[in-house]
Amino acid sequence: MLGIGWALRRVIRSSEDFFLSGRSIPAWIAGLAFISANLGAQEVIGMAASGAKYGIMTSHFYWVGAMPAMVFVGLFMMPFYYGSRARSVPEYLKLRFDEKTRALNAITFAIMTIFSSGISMYALAKLFELVLGWSFHGSIVLSAVIVLIYIFLGGLTSAIYNEVLQFFLIVLGFLPLVLLGLKDVGGWSGLTAKLATVATNAGFEPGAWTHSWKYMDSPSHNPMGMEWFGLVMGLGFALSFGYWCTDFLVVQRAMAAGSMTAARRTPLIAAVPKMLMPALVILPGMLAIGLHASRGGFLPIGADGQPNYNLAIPMMLGHYLPSGLLGLGLTALMASFMSGMAGNVTAFNSVWTYDIYQTHIRPGQTDAHYLRVGHAATVFGIVASVLAAYSATRFNNILDMLQLVFSFVNGPLFATFLLGMFWRRTTSHGAFYGLLTGTITAALHYGLTLPRGAVPGIKGGFLGAVLHVYPSEMALNFWTALFAWTGCFVATLLISLLTKRTKTDDELRGLVHSLTPRQRDGDMPWYKRPVTLAVGILAVSALLNVIFW
Amino acid sequence: MRLDVRFPIGGMFTIIGAMLVIYGLVSPAAVYERSLGINVNLWWGLALLIFGVVMFAFAVRASRGWSAWRRAMQPQPPAQDRRPPTVS
Repeated sequence: MLGIGWALRRVIRSSEDFFLSGRSIPAWIAGLAFISANLGAQEVIGMAASGAKYGIMTSHFYWVGAMPAMVFVGLFMMPFYYGSRARSVPEYLKLRFDEKTRALNAITFAIMTIFSSGISMYALAKLFELVLGWSFHGSIVLSAVIVLIYIFLGGLTSAIYNEVLQFFLIVLGFLPLVLLGLKDVGGWSGLTAKLATVATNAGFEPGAWTHSWKYMDSPSHNPMGMEWFGLVMGLGFALSFGYWCTDFLVVQRAMAAGSMTAARRTPLIAAVPKMLMPALVILPGMLAIGLHASRGGFLPIGADGQPNYNLAIPMMLGHYLPSGLLGLGLTALMASFMSGMAGNVTAFNSVWTYDIYQTHIRPGQTDAHYLRVGHAATVFGIVASVLAAYSATRFNNILDMLQLVFSFVNGPLFATFLLGMFWRRTTSHGAFYGLLTGTITAALHYGLTLPRGAVPGIKGGFLGAVLHVYPSEMALNFWTALFAWTGCFVATLLISLLTKRTKTDDELRGLVHSLTPRQRDGDMPWYKRPVTLAVGILAVSALLNVIFW
Repeated sequence: MRLDVRFPIGGMFTIIGAMLVIYGLVSPAAVYERSLGINVNLWWGLALLIFGVVMFAFAVRASRGWSAWRRAMQPQPPAQDRRPPTVS
């Protein structure tokens, strides 16, 4: 089964990547490409781990976080991206501000890709450990070698094409797992009963795992340790808007659409399946923790004495799927991990070689020289990913670690984009020092606080004094993002007012809201307009929040 | 020739579905203890098979007949004489 999956992928890869060149793809495919750039194995494992650790509150990543953010991208941000023809975040920053802002962003972005690839590597190694019975060290080496070969064989020639296939593999490979699990525990009511035990064992009200809002009056009443304000602002605003608006791996998919209107509609169409994803990715985690409590020891216990939530999906696969379907599920996971890692290492390679090395360290060399540098960067990226993978072993939920990285990178960057796009007075110095302030704010906040039960080090508190202890890792991430956003926003605003503009209105045409022609949707039938779609999506998200209140 | 993504999706799931159905028919019942006694390979394989065939059918319809499908299966011509996609 694995072999066939691999052989098929080889055949598929040789076909042309038609997305970016052929600008006439059906809207639903563009929409699927948009979310499949985001729905990798990392998300499946991470969201299930969070479903086990934090319960249904994980759905806030979707119905409070992703939905409004995707609507915002489609309605307000897409005109600048599509109009500016920038092909990456650093490129937009260069056009809008200057070279040094681009360099700063390139550095933080490079670090983010390493962590992201390392987290995938950790999860893949865990899977090998489970399936092949190897040691963790051996599995890490195996993963690293596989990525290296994958990249040097040119594994990324048609990334988007693969992503759509993997999206279907993941959805169709995991759906039977959810159905079997639900049937086994006796449907939603059976699951609620099991999770009530989990909640009371942890010292919460019985419904803490199955109500998304009810226990959010105080951080001490829910497993995530958040109250509603921190959640809405930290996750809903800073982290989610930051992620969906500034992650170009995702945004690029929408720019493949045939026209501005189609590009704006892409994130909105993508939001429809995205809204239903919690059933596929969070529910298995909740089922796993329910089984863990009622059958005792379903999930292996990690070094910190907590269950290793990351293994929720692999354990569920092994528990419910017979040989045959199990192969399909594992193939879907591994294919997705490999392309996820390869994508990040390749992004690291191109950012380092072109945005940093060629621009700032040694310009004007031959192409062969840069190619060698690129190869070296790929090897370096994989070695660094191995280190990141080992640091991921400290987290019992990879989503905690992933969001920590996002809170450093995407949180402050969103403030820069917001001001840069909607306020033409924002200056280059303002953007650069604002972004720097935001990142430093994140580091200070992270260095001076700790999640409960953690020792100072990779989980925070390394600056000596611990000023505040958060109830969970995720709570710390949300507040880090919010602090970073605020730091960047205030600093950019103040410095912009004190410095002179270096770009004229003419240079900023198409890059800033007030200098870009307004979108006219008036000639379309009302049901095709982006605004109509947006209102519908927000209404259904609100309804879902109420149902699982 | 640029390929409609529904061709590989349809082809892949038709093959996977068919394999699962066959495996589901020949495998002993003991395999399905862990899946609550349900022969999931057979039933889910059938679902994937139907999904694959439907995807394939849509792709064929969109490419307006079989000629595009036959062209799509042939080796790709060099880059300079690529025609625009036929899919609307």
